[in-house]
Amino acid sequence: MSTIQPVAGQDEQHPDVALVAQVRAGDVAAYDTLVRKYERQIFRIAQHITQNREDAEDVMQDAFLKAYEKLNQFQGNSKFYTWLVRIAVNESLMRLRKRRTGKLVSMDEDVQTDEGSVPRDFADWAPNPEQNYTQSELAEILKKTIQGLPQGFRVVFVLRDVEGLSTEETAETLGLSVPAVKSRLLRARLQLRERLTRYFGRKAPAIAQAAAAPGGDGAEA
Amino acid sequence: MTCTEFLQILDDVLDESIAVETRTEIEAHLRKCGHCEVVLNTTRKTIEIFQCHEIYEVPTEVSERLHVKIMERCKKVK
Repeated sequence: MSTIQPVAGQDEQHPDVALVAQVRAGDVAAYDTLVRKYERQIFRIAQHITQNREDAEDVMQDAFLKAYEKLNQFQGNSKFYTWLVRIAVNESLMRLRKRRTGKLVSMDEDVQTDEGSVPRDFADWAPNPEQNYTQSELAEILKKTIQGLPQGFRVVFVLRDVEGLSTEETAETLGLSVPAVKSRLLRARLQLRERLTRYFGRKAPAIAQAAAAPGGDGAEA
Repeated sequence: MTCTEFLQILDDVLDESIAVETRTEIEAHLRKCGHCEVVLNTTRKTIEIFQCHEIYEVPTEVSERLHVKIMERCKKVK
């Protein structure tokens, strides 16, 4: 497996470098610091891929244990976080494979769709449209919206836009080319925008209305 | 610039990695195309909303339980 590009500005050492060195020297408490620092991100990524709470918990635990066991294989020229994310993504895919016994699970699943390539709904949004919903309503909307994306798009969007990996790191983590990541990211962003317009668009603000709409067809241009 | 050309570079516009000369073309296109302006603004807002709202949170008790397990196992591995 090739290595991830060195982090820019290596002159200023990333705080994780020192923590990793401490762990390698036998300091388990330093590892606890790393776990606390990244557990939320790893849990979210696992939940986005497996779409299952129990699996996400297991993945989180297994990913951190595996990272600890394999720490000697970690190369200092990549970020610890990116390396950890790669382990978590692989663990999540393995977990999915177990659930869907016999069914192939890959990052290429369902990406051969043209949906979202071209925007159809041009209704503008109200300023701060999320304020029209309670926190739990908004969480439901966002969950439903992102769960509806093909997995190959969803994971790219989550790593790149939500968890802050660069395009190159996302490509490296998922074993995709940079152009493939860019193409999926654009389509993920456009599909999410289109779906959120059903809730946030000035012409169709109500959840009930959006739920009753036949797949959002016939958008007024 | 056409709408199709604008869409092709939408990601770069969102990520603010656009050359200065292209920026002028984009601004000119956006002034006359309301649809592309809406797509740009609402896509930007889409990303922002997903960044600002945690959909999946780890409950404290789950987090603590996992910590204990991870640390126990790490000590054994050590």
